[in-house]
Amino acid sequence: MKSLAERPENPVVGVTVAHEHGAEHATGCALYTDDLVVRHQNVLHAWPLQAPHAHARVTSLDVVPALDVPGVARVLTAEDVPGINDAGIKEDEPLFPSEVMFHGHAVCWVLGESLEAARLGAETIKVEYEPLPSLITLTEAIAAQSFQGRQPTVSRGDVETGLANGTHRFSGEIEFGGQEHFYLETHASFAYVDEGGQVFVQCSTQHPSETQEIVARVLGLDNHDVTVQCLRMGGGFGGKEMQPHGFAAIAALGATLTGRPVRLRLTRNQDITITGKRHPYHASWDVSFDDDGRLQALRATVTSDGGWSLDLSEPVMQRTLCHIDNAYWIPNVEVHGRVAQTNKTSQTAFRGFGGPQGMLVIEDILGRCAPLLGLDPTELRARNLYVPGQSTPYGQPVRHAERLAEIWNQVHQRADVRERRAEIEDFNATHPDTHRALAVTPVKFGISFNLTAFNQAGALVHVYRDGSVLINHGGTEMGQGLHTKMRQVAATALGVPLETVRLAPTRTDKVPNTSATAASSGADLNGGAVKNACEQIRDRLAEVAARKFNIHPDDVRFVNGTVTGIGFHDRQMSFAELAHDAYFQRISLWAAGYYRTEGLHWDADRMQGEPFKYFSYGASVSEVEVDGFTGAYRLLRTDIVHDVGDSLSPLIDIGQIEGGFVQGAGWLTLEDLRWDESDGPSRGRLTTQAASTYKLPSFSEMPEEFNVHLFEKATESGVVYGSKAVGEPPLMLAFSVREALREAAAAFGPEGHSVLLASPATPEAVFWAVQDARRALAQCGASGSRDARRDRAASSSEVGSADEAASATASEDVPDAAATAR
Amino acid sequence: MSEIRLTINGHERGFDGVSPHTRLLDFLRDQGLTGAKEGCAEGECGACAVLVARPDGEDRTRWTSVNACLPPAVAFDGQEVVTSEGLGTAPGPRGPGQLHPVQREMATRGGSQCGYCTPGFVCAMAAEYYRPERSSADAPAHDQTGTDVQGEEHAADHECGPNGFDLHALSGNLCRCTGYRPIRDAAYALGEPEDTDLLRRRQEEPAPKPSYTRIDTAGARFVRPADLGEFFDHLEQARDEEQEVRLVAGATDLGVEVNIRHVRPPVVLAVDRLDELRTLDVSDDRIEIGAALSLSEVERGLGGCVPLLDQLFPQFASRLIRNAATFGGNLGTGSPIGDSAPVLLALGASVVLASRGGDREVPLAAYYTGYRESVRRPDEILRAVRIPLPLADHAAFHKIAKRRFDDISSVAVAIAIQVDDAAAVTSARIGLGGVAATPICAREVEEALIGQPWTRETAVNAAALLARQGTPIDDMRASARYRSAMLEQSLLKFWAQQQPAQAQEVSQ
Repeated sequence: MKSLAERPENPVVGVTVAHEHGAEHATGCALYTDDLVVRHQNVLHAWPLQAPHAHARVTSLDVVPALDVPGVARVLTAEDVPGINDAGIKEDEPLFPSEVMFHGHAVCWVLGESLEAARLGAETIKVEYEPLPSLITLTEAIAAQSFQGRQPTVSRGDVETGLANGTHRFSGEIEFGGQEHFYLETHASFAYVDEGGQVFVQCSTQHPSETQEIVARVLGLDNHDVTVQCLRMGGGFGGKEMQPHGFAAIAALGATLTGRPVRLRLTRNQDITITGKRHPYHASWDVSFDDDGRLQALRATVTSDGGWSLDLSEPVMQRTLCHIDNAYWIPNVEVHGRVAQTNKTSQTAFRGFGGPQGMLVIEDILGRCAPLLGLDPTELRARNLYVPGQSTPYGQPVRHAERLAEIWNQVHQRADVRERRAEIEDFNATHPDTHRALAVTPVKFGISFNLTAFNQAGALVHVYRDGSVLINHGGTEMGQGLHTKMRQVAATALGVPLETVRLAPTRTDKVPNTSATAASSGADLNGGAVKNACEQIRDRLAEVAARKFNIHPDDVRFVNGTVTGIGFHDRQMSFAELAHDAYFQRISLWAAGYYRTEGLHWDADRMQGEPFKYFSYGASVSEVEVDGFTGAYRLLRTDIVHDVGDSLSPLIDIGQIEGGFVQGAGWLTLEDLRWDESDGPSRGRLTTQAASTYKLPSFSEMPEEFNVHLFEKATESGVVYGSKAVGEPPLMLAFSVREALREAAAAFGPEGHSVLLASPATPEAVFWAVQDARRALAQCGASGSRDARRDRAASSSEVGSADEAASATASEDVPDAAATAR
Repeated sequence: MSEIRLTINGHERGFDGVSPHTRLLDFLRDQGLTGAKEGCAEGECGACAVLVARPDGEDRTRWTSVNACLPPAVAFDGQEVVTSEGLGTAPGPRGPGQLHPVQREMATRGGSQCGYCTPGFVCAMAAEYYRPERSSADAPAHDQTGTDVQGEEHAADHECGPNGFDLHALSGNLCRCTGYRPIRDAAYALGEPEDTDLLRRRQEEPAPKPSYTRIDTAGARFVRPADLGEFFDHLEQARDEEQEVRLVAGATDLGVEVNIRHVRPPVVLAVDRLDELRTLDVSDDRIEIGAALSLSEVERGLGGCVPLLDQLFPQFASRLIRNAATFGGNLGTGSPIGDSAPVLLALGASVVLASRGGDREVPLAAYYTGYRESVRRPDEILRAVRIPLPLADHAAFHKIAKRRFDDISSVAVAIAIQVDDAAAVTSARIGLGGVAATPICAREVEEALIGQPWTRETAVNAAALLARQGTPIDDMRASARYRSAMLEQSLLKFWAQQQPAQAQEVSQ
């Protein structure tokens, strides 16, 4: 029973339960940070003054006119900061900047009796700017050699020899877009000095401890002077890991200076134009395969667009390098990473944290090279999957690699891949203007923070004298169901019914020094801590019960609110009676729990070690239908088999898988961030800064048939109740959609046509890929001759130069008779 | 007068001093009803959705879902509004709670994760739950999703569950967490409302009458006149005072300007309940559609008699928007994109402009004079749209956008042609959106088609000509090159889609 993974009899974990606040969500009574404002009086509202330049020096700032606007209470500027004028942990993000670093950068903030008053006040402030040269695109930044932070390299083997020895060698490039989090709840903070004299900040944050720390630093206070509470978030997805701190600090600064509650909630336009996003990337690569299509070597340089400050760009890049292999064994690897500095929002964490970008590179390579190798892309992927005994380029053994093949085969069977391929072939033969295709892609994703120190968590568990239980832990709820799982963990560990366990909101004065709820690790870490706290209490209670039953404490059993002895079912008492007895025996009924993930080590300089506790595995099959006239497409069906270990909460886990998948599909197909790259007056302005221009998936993008299966008998030893993390990995299952679109476009062309597909693969991008395929077909005639294959590969570079297509070329560098003879 | 009266979740009361610029959403939240949320402030995400009691004929009411983030609160003077809080209650310290069936299905099936969008989803779903026409008879006879149905017909299809739930009812609601599958399952699991259900019973009574509201507060005036005559009085008064006037019906366009561009018009005249603007007449030679009918009302009222409009409606914004938006507003704002203008151009429609002096009719093709400019004089109001009958036999609407539900077109193409017994084209009308400063007719292509045999060669030649129409631009939605290509492709696609039908006719 002491093992972290082992489950007792009748566990509450593993039971299908709905989100603990589903009823509150549906009735509108679940409160979010900005819903608290109406409960307070005398509230001031904050509005930013956003700079209209991508890069400029602030030469003068005159806030006096704003103070004459009715309802304006105060304008906050750098001079008001008693502590450190910085919103980040790297001290490269001035809270009130003297140099504007991106279009929309907030220069100062106005506090008003109403939001309208604050906005009108901001309109009157006179700022003079001295515009400076700016870098907007990755291409510009690379050309200018504008980089920031570390430039890590992950390597193994001898890539030069590997490339030379491979019989099929290709090279290419790809540039692909970022992603706006578009959590439905924009950033919100609400701060006041509370009745105890502390600065109290209600904040929509994934990282309350760091928000607390930044607020304290800005105010020149100690951490214990500031308490941050996160009731819940209306979505986070990584966008509230680092980004909330500055907004919380503004609200707290206003509250301490005015003595009044200050509310700061960004409008959608402000949120999109001020806060960071998923990093866009550029990659150039050389790859080689042997005659069987097995990867021999990969050399690549990947460059992320970090925006104006470092934020989390360095660890994001680390994770990119640690996932460029996805699920594939590549014996010789040398991948260089670097973070470009541009005059854009400071890109940040987003579900997958660089992993998806690394994996996109290798999936794009395989999707492009398969036709050139004369192999079906699914077959090419299958041949390269890791097998037991192999390790990653950074030296971590791929434990449970056999699950990859098992999942791969299961998803093929569940999705009827063989039958459907035949149906697709028939369909395409009879529908010249509409083609369907199906693709299968795998996921392997490492779980744990790369930075070892973050892999710790705390919890506080109270048992009251009536046997009711109240738990607190350091994790935050953003919809992922963490709190639901934590209640299940506590109910299981204490052997009580789920209804008797209540969870109180996350706040820094309950559990200190917490890590961000991020890296999919929320349940692993906090579950470990909650379980630890519960077991301390249960062990003490077992002694009380043992005395009463006259048995050994090890033989006491706690099941569903009843305490009994092993084999002594005639003697039992309720958990509430036991708690009552324990109190009168002066036994402590509360405990602080703690957990640290064991066995991790990571050398960030050498990029070697075992940074991950384990890997999550999955595979998906997606079928799409492409309209050859427009490039528009539908996602007809998706089948997923995914490894969540032994699920703590199946309904929650399936929700994470489905939601992650659709979010990933949004990134890869639909969500298109566009900046003004011209030299005009609005250079650097984000042109997709609203829901009307930045489109996220709606009902029409959901797979019309959607089957998710949790991989069975998947106990993960060393993790709470045998489970695995689930937050991020499913996002990358969506590569099957992108690859299916590639194959559908290919179906308009001749056999062996390598399709270049821009990312996101919008209908326009798919249309150009289809046109390219049709052109190739026309060029080589209907014969589909093998000799034509290389010509087509070479010609495909033409489309890559178009602005909406990936600037990418796939050409076979080494003329090879074997390749064409296959 | 500065008081308005509203019935919110069954409780009627007066509210004093509400600014004409206060949105319904902020008004409700200020009352402590924080269930409705702001997600986008553009009517795109639906997190703000609430239910309003709207007329369903003379003696019945229809619970109608609308975005609360767009219209001003004063526009709901005298009306009944229900929010997620009014539908049901969650169990908690204040009692055992009573969830509405929609709330129960959403809560228990994993329909909420972060929960922020959920109150809006619940309201949109409840409107469809109470839709009188909804029945399991609407359910598809066979599986009409996934791999069993081909895409071309799909866009305009109503996607219904076994209980008749039309998924388009949720097309204006975005969820970033769930991936939608559990929300769909919750919607499709709903049964029929109980006979004792108060909201269902409310539908059997007449809807609240419009209030003739006049609110005049610091620097802002909101007036809902009783009839067209009074409307002109206010129009002239504002002109005399040299005040800028904005007309508002559903506020789906003005609301965005207020929220995003911070427009604060000094005088707003609400025309949505003017009887003169709410006609719907079908005669032998024309259909007249009142400019202030919501698109949902038009859709129901026409009952499918204009197939091209039935292709348009499911692709026009979302149900939440169509429940408020009007032809008058969409044509009046003069967006170069549409989506109603290209379709109405293809239908050969005209607009009726009313003034003190009476009506005048202007062909829509002659209505626009430049970017958001038209021949409408300041003393005129767009009263109705007229569609001549009979309709052309062959018509299609091709909306090119990134997303099938609720997106703005990068290009919109509507085509209507008539082919005679000898397979020659006798009339052709092609309306285009998104390729010029105004919606335009592809006159050159129309003329090139007329008199030609309706063959592939004709279509290919005309398509090449169509590709050269307008002056499309590069923007965040699409490249100019793609827009031009889509003009060409739309005619090729139209021709291809006509073929099976024609073949069928021949075989009969």
